[in-house]
Amino acid sequence: MILKRFLLIACVLGVTAGAVLAQADDAACCPVETVTACAEKGSSAALMGLLFFVFVLAIFLGVELIAKVPSQLHTPLMSGSNAISGISIVGALLALAVKDTSEPAMIVLGTLAVGLAMINVVGGYLVTDRMLGMFQQKKGK
Amino acid sequence: MQNLRDYLYIAASILFIYGLKMLSKATTARKGNLVSSVGMLIAIVATLLLADQNPNTEIQWMWIVTGAVIGSVIGAAAARLVKMTSMPEMVGLFNGFGGLASLLVGWAEYHKIATQGEGSLFTLVAIGATVLIGGVTFSGSMIAYAKLAGKMDGKPILFKGQQLVNGALLLIAVAAAVMFCMNPASTYGVFIGMVVVSMILGVLVTIPIGGADMPVVIALLNSYSGLAACAAGFVIMNNVLIVAGSLVGASGLILTSIMCRAMNRSLANVMFAGVGATVATGKTFQGEAKTVSAQDAYLMLEAASSVVFVPGYGMAVAQAQHVVKELGDLLEDNGCEVSYCVHPVAGRMPGHMNVLLAEADVPYEQLVEPQDVNPTIPNVDVAVVIGANDVVNPAAREEGTALYGMPIIDVDNAKVCIVLKRSLKAGFAGVDNPLFFAPNTRMLLGDAKASITHVVGEFKE
Repeated sequence: MILKRFLLIACVLGVTAGAVLAQADDAACCPVETVTACAEKGSSAALMGLLFFVFVLAIFLGVELIAKVPSQLHTPLMSGSNAISGISIVGALLALAVKDTSEPAMIVLGTLAVGLAMINVVGGYLVTDRMLGMFQQKKGK
Repeated sequence: MQNLRDYLYIAASILFIYGLKMLSKATTARKGNLVSSVGMLIAIVATLLLADQNPNTEIQWMWIVTGAVIGSVIGAAAARLVKMTSMPEMVGLFNGFGGLASLLVGWAEYHKIATQGEGSLFTLVAIGATVLIGGVTFSGSMIAYAKLAGKMDGKPILFKGQQLVNGALLLIAVAAAVMFCMNPASTYGVFIGMVVVSMILGVLVTIPIGGADMPVVIALLNSYSGLAACAAGFVIMNNVLIVAGSLVGASGLILTSIMCRAMNRSLANVMFAGVGATVATGKTFQGEAKTVSAQDAYLMLEAASSVVFVPGYGMAVAQAQHVVKELGDLLEDNGCEVSYCVHPVAGRMPGHMNVLLAEADVPYEQLVEPQDVNPTIPNVDVAVVIGANDVVNPAAREEGTALYGMPIIDVDNAKVCIVLKRSLKAGFAGVDNPLFFAPNTRMLLGDAKASITHVVGEFKE
């Protein structure tokens, strides 16, 4: 119950913050920049709204998906979802998609991020599979 | 190409959702894990595909391959080599890496903005959130890892005004975020400062939590690692990061609340109270504990027609799961009804005992929940408690003790209760366990693995 209320408050706050920020961005650009830039900003504000929308829905979906998990699966669920949080690999890859190779900082940050995220992805999926394999083994017996 | 990437991201998100759904059912869990890994592969391929087509960018293949190969090798080796008893440490470590990876993604984006001077306020705020959550996740997980791996004392560390210091640090972090949001180009130092403050904050919020509360921390850090990825998704405006990150965040939150409920405590109480250090009102229970030898324990078990095993952290420490299963099999051959009762917070991470029992090939049908065992426990001949303490402590039923209200396994109601334990010390919560002094309790002191091996030896003779 408390969890649901907490989520609801977080969502409302998130959406409000997103809307305010998007507005602030528009206000900042419109008086000075060109009309096309402004239109682009407008569409990016819409995009932000959409992203928040997706965020809120995904949180609720996650809560509904996992709500009734048997205690036997708590650890595999945790390590499996940990592997999914390695999705930041996507951000890490994009950080390494830079034109200017004279920026060593970007290379260092990006390579480190790729390495760490891959540990998460590969290690997380493999160890979850290993664990679930043990669960299954005895089913066959 | 942009469209194609979006379609692929949607496909990846659907696979993550299906994967998680399947992962929460025993029969489909393994397939679910596979499904979600296919989703990950699709997301990675789609990202590289589009970045490769974009004329404004150039993929640094060499560095990507370097990072990916090193990361994969480390991850695969860790996954293959880790002992099942060390799973909590590894999950803690992986959570930390996830948080750090997200932090670095935010940092890289900040670097771009700071050097090129373009970036919306929205992006900067998202970077602030990513750094804060990622930093706390990383350093908090490292502390959790150190505690679980025994590299530092697992006891809660508390000092006066801890909450105040934490609050002040959070304020500093937020103030720093505001500063670099206002003027990203000339505040690189402030940004670095925020990274450092976030990490200090992560350490300080984790050190007061220890021992039996670790399952809550691990689940919470798991949730944070997802939220960090989600925040990074807002930084680079990427929907697959947001969806996957918030799914993980939500599942971690649910596990956290399940753990809290199993201890009948609120999240705030676990986070701030530091149980072990604040117990003063606990009553002391006196009496004489009756110790038995392995031979006596064997005689009791040999005569029993129903036995319940109650494993706890001590079983993990002693790595006794295989001999426990061996003893269970021998008892079954002896015509005895054997079951294993697992308390949700037994061990150091959610589901810890289940993993160990699964490793030892204990059939699922023999696992029972506390609420199913308790009503029938007076009919149980022998309850064998293996290195569990607080989850079987009858003091939880008495008002005024630190454990009051926590649902326990009522082993004291069994006809005989054999407790395997190293010593008669109080458990993590610092509350003496009246179970040890109960008339029907027999203490089998010593290393759990050695004791049970001894009993098994008696059986085979």
